[in-house]
Amino acid sequence: MLEKAIYGGRRYWVWIFFLLGLISVGFLAYLYQFKSGLGITGMSRDVSWGLYIGQFTFLVGVAASGVMVVLPYYLHDYKKFGRLTILGEFLAIAAVIMCMLFIFVDLGQPLRVLNVILHPTPNSVMFYDMLVLSGYLMLNLLIGWTVLGAERKEVAPPKWVKPLIILSIVWAPSIHTVTAFLYAGIPGKHFWLTAILAARFLASAFAGGPALLIILALIVRKYTKFDPGKEAIQSLGKIVTYCMLINVFFLGLELFTAFYSQIPGHMHTFAYLYAGLHGHNQLVPIMWVSSILALIAIVLLVFPQIRKNENLLAVACLATFFSLWIDKGFGLVVGGFVPNSFEKITEYWPTLPEALIALAVWAIGFLVLTILYKIAVSIKEEVVFDKYGEKQIKAE
Amino acid sequence: MSINRREFLKMAGITTILGIGGVSAVQGVRNRVEASQASRAPEALTAKRWAMVVDMSKFKSEEDYQKCINACHLSHNVPHITDNPKHEIKWLWTETYEHAFPGNEDKYRAERFQHMPFLMLCNHCENPPCVRVCPTQATFKRKSDGIVMMDMHRCIGCRFCMAGCPYGARSFNYKDPRPYIDGSKENLEFPTRMKGVVEKCTLCYERLAKGLQPACVEVSNGALIFGDLEDPNSAVRKVLSERFTIRRKPELGTGTSVYYII
Repeated sequence: MLEKAIYGGRRYWVWIFFLLGLISVGFLAYLYQFKSGLGITGMSRDVSWGLYIGQFTFLVGVAASGVMVVLPYYLHDYKKFGRLTILGEFLAIAAVIMCMLFIFVDLGQPLRVLNVILHPTPNSVMFYDMLVLSGYLMLNLLIGWTVLGAERKEVAPPKWVKPLIILSIVWAPSIHTVTAFLYAGIPGKHFWLTAILAARFLASAFAGGPALLIILALIVRKYTKFDPGKEAIQSLGKIVTYCMLINVFFLGLELFTAFYSQIPGHMHTFAYLYAGLHGHNQLVPIMWVSSILALIAIVLLVFPQIRKNENLLAVACLATFFSLWIDKGFGLVVGGFVPNSFEKITEYWPTLPEALIALAVWAIGFLVLTILYKIAVSIKEEVVFDKYGEKQIKAE
Repeated sequence: MSINRREFLKMAGITTILGIGGVSAVQGVRNRVEASQASRAPEALTAKRWAMVVDMSKFKSEEDYQKCINACHLSHNVPHITDNPKHEIKWLWTETYEHAFPGNEDKYRAERFQHMPFLMLCNHCENPPCVRVCPTQATFKRKSDGIVMMDMHRCIGCRFCMAGCPYGARSFNYKDPRPYIDGSKENLEFPTRMKGVVEKCTLCYERLAKGLQPACVEVSNGALIFGDLEDPNSAVRKVLSERFTIRRKPELGTGTSVYYII
């Protein structure tokens, strides 16, 4: 099936080479980091995780969110998601690959990464994170490839895939729960030490991931003959709506506990992020951008009349995605370190090489995604289009 | 002797299984013995759980603190990074009361306590969060005496331990530390580190093995009291039974081994 990826129009190749260009620039920046050490980033003794780990955390959510289309289709026999499942699974694959790369570029001694396997340590959450992420990658590769291959040959997928699909549905929330446990079990970091963190992670993931999937589905429809389905996109829009509301509700719960209890340690980070603390307010503008985007997204999503307009739905999804990208991909991780263990404030902002490396990891993710989507869409265009075509959806 | 393919494969398989089994059996035994137990010098200082008491009343001037810090940092080749405070490496340093004991501030407390510098170091917790989170056991609690150790050759530089430590005791080598070590003062008996690994106070395990007190304790003129917390007759237990002491963030249940007399 891979051969489908080497036939494409001019637009396809321009996009591929654009991504390769970003990857090359980021690779050079990484060589610089590899030689000089992580001192070329904005990280410090006090803020020892930054953009890389933030992006990792956010992308685990995107990976997990594939379950939002797989679950209704396979467990509830919701046929309209039939054409979206492969897009969800392939998005998960690209997202997990980005997660692994973000962990890798964050390591001070990357060549020793296999020590995690050589000295397995069951008391470390990082150990489980490695297990669940690589397991999830394998599951999605196996399921996506097999189901697509069967579709291409116009036969039913082999029976052994079904149990794996059920397993992947259970597996998806686990990857994000374990990622939340990286933070939620650390004594002395008040901002992270909250039982609701995993729930917050899942809610934001199930809003942000499907929002991205809607945007991707709209792009696929615009530039190819394959239509993932109007109703499928609308159903996904409902999922984004509910999960975004739950996410904001959960954030509200955190704010209530912090500010009604008035315990300083619980209030400090929120104060730092949204208002500034002791004159330090570097993150305040982007946190407010995130909040305003969340508000715009909710207003556009909550009213069905607005949501049904696909252009406005796309705007709402972009707002959702970027709001959560700032909140979880940056504020959540950096905020945990401010103030530090001594109630002192060291601020963090990524450097240019750090940003270029992060951009290159995203470019690698999009390259993988583009190739996988190209394969999937080519097969759908030539083989499956009639089988699940718009006509049949309308007839149901 | 002739051998067909089937027999060859059988033998190869059995040999491999025996080989792997043998290696893991040896590993199993090896993991139970620590290097420090295997070949301990007769003069080595030993304890069930090492602890330290910092007697603040004996620190009179800036010099008293600096003496201890210098002794530590020189004997462990701790780089002196001044060009970027974000990359500082600290094993032993000072913080004022409000920063050392956040949550215990009181604006009416006497001025001299508010801004009194306290010596900070790794607390060698009984229940260390850094050890719990480390994915490679590069930081581990030594079974024999409770020292929280660092294996800088195993550390992958993920910095989970730095997030995990509630006492800010850990430093990461954001760049190659060697250019920041004064070559004329380098201690050739203690290894220097490379970039990309985490380091911290290891309670001078290398000096204890030779029967010496930790470097900071040695030069402190009795301001730092060092001994076995589990031995009722030790110097630390004697002080703890007589004087009022406090520890940093006791509410976290980490069981710190560093006590302060104010």
